[in-house]
This record gives sequence, C-alpha cells and structure tokens, in this order.
Amino acid sequence: MQAWLGRASIAAVGVIAGLALSFTAASQTRAPQAASPQRQTSGVRTARSADGKPNLNGVYQAISEAYWDIEPHGAAAGPVQQLGASYAMAGGLGIVDGPLPYKPEALAKKKQNFANRVTLDPEIKCYLPGVPRAMYMQYPFQIIQTPTYIMMVFTYARAVRTIYMTDHKEAPADSWMGWSNGHWEGDTLVIDTTGFNDMTWFDRAGNFHSDQLHVVERITASGADHLSYEATIEDPQTFTRPWKITLPIYRRIEKNAQLLEFNCVPFVEDLIYGHLRKPSSSN
Amino acid sequence: MLRRFVAATALGSAIALLLVSTPTAQSTYKVPRLPDGHPDFQGFWNNTTYTPLERPKGIDRDFFTREEVVEQMKRAAADESEQTTPGTIADVHYDFTQFGLDRSQAPVALNLRTSLIVDPADGHLPPMTEEGKRLNAARAEARKRAGPITDAAENQPLSVRCIQMDRDGPPMLAGAYNNNYQIVQSPGTVLILVEMLHDPRIIPTDGRAPLPNSIRQLEGTSRGRWDGDTLVIETTNFTDMFMFAAQGASADMKLTERFTRISDDTLMYRFTVDDPKVWTRPWSAEVPWKKSVGPIFEHACHEGNYSLANLLAGAREDEKRAKAQK
Repeated sequence: MQAWLGRASIAAVGVIAGLALSFTAASQTRAPQAASPQRQTSGVRTARSADGKPNLNGVYQAISEAYWDIEPHGAAAGPVQQLGASYAMAGGLGIVDGPLPYKPEALAKKKQNFANRVTLDPEIKCYLPGVPRAMYMQYPFQIIQTPTYIMMVFTYARAVRTIYMTDHKEAPADSWMGWSNGHWEGDTLVIDTTGFNDMTWFDRAGNFHSDQLHVVERITASGADHLSYEATIEDPQTFTRPWKITLPIYRRIEKNAQLLEFNCVPFVEDLIYGHLRKPSSSN
Repeated sequence: MLRRFVAATALGSAIALLLVSTPTAQSTYKVPRLPDGHPDFQGFWNNTTYTPLERPKGIDRDFFTREEVVEQMKRAAADESEQTTPGTIADVHYDFTQFGLDRSQAPVALNLRTSLIVDPADGHLPPMTEEGKRLNAARAEARKRAGPITDAAENQPLSVRCIQMDRDGPPMLAGAYNNNYQIVQSPGTVLILVEMLHDPRIIPTDGRAPLPNSIRQLEGTSRGRWDGDTLVIETTNFTDMFMFAAQGASADMKLTERFTRISDDTLMYRFTVDDPKVWTRPWSAEVPWKKSVGPIFEHACHEGNYSLANLLAGAREDEKRAKAQK
C-alpha cells in the first residue's frame, strides 16, 4: 500500500476521471516507483512485482450491471417469474461503444437467444463463461501473476485463464476460455485471445459470437485498487466491424478477500438431467 | 500384439530415464528460489503411480528392490495394454494405448515403497473408530436407499458427475490417467492447477485467518505456510459429500499436506489425515511427483458430459423395453 502513496495524487486523476476516461488517464499516469526487491511481507502490496512489471496480484470484481446486458438497458422483470424482484434485471448504462454491429442474420439470432434465454444461456447450466464475459460477471476473480504466466481464476464455475507471457503459441484446440497470449506494453497488460468455441455468450441478454471470435484486452492498473479494462471484439462471422468494451474493475479490498468455492455442477444437475431420472425415484 | 510391444518399449525407455533420475542425492540438492526467497516449485508435475495406497497382502517389507518395481511396472503396463486388445469387452470403453491414457505413457516417479501409506508403519489404514464405522454404514445405507446409480444423476459417483476427482482432492491422488498439475507461485499465494476438472486450488501463504467453521466446501479451505523449504498446507472445513468420503473420511478431517522439492524433477508430496471421528490415529502417505511438460489444457468435463446423460437415458430406454415385453 505504501508504495502507492507516493503517487496518490497522480493516481487519483485516473480514479476521478471515471469510467470512460479512466483508461486514457491511466496511460498518461507516470510509472509507479519500482519496489525494492526485498522479501514481501504479508498484507503489504507493492506497486511492482520483482520483475519490475506492475503488480496486478489480487482479488478483483467488476461493479456493473453488464452481466445482464452489455448494451444500455432499462430495468425489467427477470426471466423467471417465481423469483420476482430478487432476480429482476437491473438497469445499466452499458459497457460497449455503441449499438453492437450485428450482421442481419446474427441480430435475428441474438433476439431468439434473448427470447429463449432461460433454456439457452450457458450460465444457467454452469458452463464455462468464456471471455470477456468472465471478466464482468457478478463474482470475484483472482489474478496470480508471474513473469511467465498470469493466471486468472474465476469464482464462477472455477473457470481458469492461463495467460502465456513468454511461450506464445497458436491455440492448439478450441476451448471455452480460449487460448491467451499476453505481453506488456509499458504498464499495460495486453492479452490476445483466440481458439474459442461458439458456445459462450457475452451476457444474460443473448449477445453471442462465433468460433471466429478474437479478443484483444488491455488491462492497466489505474490506481492501487482499480484496473482499467478494455476489450476489442472481432468476429467477422457475427459482426460487421470490431467493437469495444470498456469498464473499470475494482479490487476487493477487504483484508480477508478470497475466492470461495462455487462448484455449480450439483446446482444444475436436476435442471440438466432431471428428465432422465427414473420416474419413481425420489428427488 | 504390436501395440503391446510398443507400450513395453516405451515403458523400457521411461524406466531407463527414471533410474538415472531417482532422488538419492537430496542432501546435496540445492532447491531453486524465487525473488521472495522461498523455494521454486513452479512448473508442470505428474503424480501417476503404480504404488497402491495400502500395502498388498502377503508383503511384509517397506520397500521393494528396484528390479522388483521395474518388473511390476512392466507387468502393469502389459495388463493395461491387454485391456485394450481388439475384440475384448474392455476395448470398447477406452483404448488406453491409442489415446495416451495408460500409465506407461505418463511421467512416473520411481517409488520403491510397497504402499503410499508410510504411517502406520505396516502400510495400512489405522483401525476405524466405532463412530467412523457408524458414519460410513449410514452413508452406505443412504446410497442403498437412493437406488441404483442409473436411477438419477446424484446417485453416480462425484467423478462421473464432473464434480470432484481423486486428482483434485485434497488430498491429491492419481487416477488412471491425466494426473497433470501446474504450480504457480506469486508472493503470498500458491496456485495448484489440476488439469482434471480444471480445478484451481488457491493456497494463501500470507498468514490469513481460516474461514469460519460454518463455511463448508468440497475442497475445504486451505492455508499454507513455509516450514523451512517445505510448503505446509493445512485444510479443514470439508463437506460430508466430498471426494475423500469414499475413503471413509468425515467432514471434520484435518488434512496437512507437505511439499518438498528433493531434486529438479521430483517434488515429494506427503499428507497426513487427522480425523479422530473416523480413525483411531492419524495416518500419512507419501507420493513423489514427477516433473512433466505443459501446457495444461482445458478439461471441460461437465460441459461435455454426454456419458452421464447417456447412462441415464440408456437405463430409461432399457426400462421402457422391459415394460413393452411384459
């Protein structure tokens, strides 16, 4: 924490600048002082890792309504009547840079997805969330950083992203979370992810992509407890042009912040396999 | 036959490599260190083993000779190859040699011990307490009441349901295949990524408080600390339906795992189970982990669990046909 104080006033610019400007402000912020290489003691965060890169280690969470819909949307009843107001859709300003540039047939599919979201949304079945959706779901995630691998571990479905910082490869196979190659551009972590399957969504509103999805993320610490997150989404099969997601992601600053287990498979078994249950067997 | 020959040859070369790298020089080994001064365990590891948890009947020694172990591994590899002989029933399920599933294709640390259990010295689980017997009898009774495993998803073992497997643990024990792990260390955190079921075990080593007793998890809650060059992980707060219940353990088990790097390619894993509700005394096992190569792939088990759906659908179809024949 102390290492951050020296530049608190500069960092504050990035914090105050707010959602839209925070990324720009952060990139203009002076680099934090390099941490001395002495052993880190528990509970003390340094601005820099031993290799001199920004220290992103920690537990984070987006504070946003984008998990319902990444586009601007007003509040609405949720998709499950029995859950009433407790699972109603919260209104949100959106995290995208304009109406999503769907191709006409893709827009039709998006509308179908929305209409049938109770059965089609992969989140309902505890399926891996994909990228970028994992980054702004309503659960904490943790970054574990080393010079060669930056790991992102998500509460939801205990999804994992491995960011390969040195051993860059083409995706060896399609997967739910994709294959991520990362590098530092100054103090910005840039992650290039490909190798996706076509089974994940962007949100609960049915926004979707094909297996041609290509995501380039730029992550910058805009303060001791904030990340500026920007993702460029490219999928020529689904969209007419690339588009962008921008949002701040916050550090969970509670002293004992940690991921709790969310092994959601048992929660969805009856939903997925209930129709195959022996009729006479008890629930 | 050809396949068996190939497997045996592969095993032969694997053993040759292993004999060279058997960890004998632990006293002189200098463990690599991270900038924070702690030992560096990072990389890819594999805990495949041919050694049973408990000492086999008729054996009254702690160790086999190297020749005996090599011979046993050869025989086991041949048996696994045999299992996939075309035309046999076993061949229908998996072709171990073709899909890289049999153990001879994995890095295996040579283990001369006759059992993974090192304490009690006889290599066997200690006797169960009366309470432990009652607990496990009640579990068996509940399973029986629920009906056959093909009646409903929750009657199946956790592994078939893609919820928790032996590799995930804790304690982390090998299965027949895919015993791959990656360890990543950052200051205050050790991550053990288990490939099977894409299970990231996050172990804080920053001295933080444990979770309240009311929070129970399949994998419990782990806290790590360094004891010299050994990483010690204590785990409590398990649930009653967790993986190690299959071994008889209760939710109140206290597990202590110890990792020590004894050579460049061997990480010694030792765990102690302290569960006075179930066992009359604590017991410990030791499993060497062998250096392996990455990457860890995404094992999306639940997402592709056709097996469970098909098992249940097949059973319902059988019932329908049996009814029609009446």
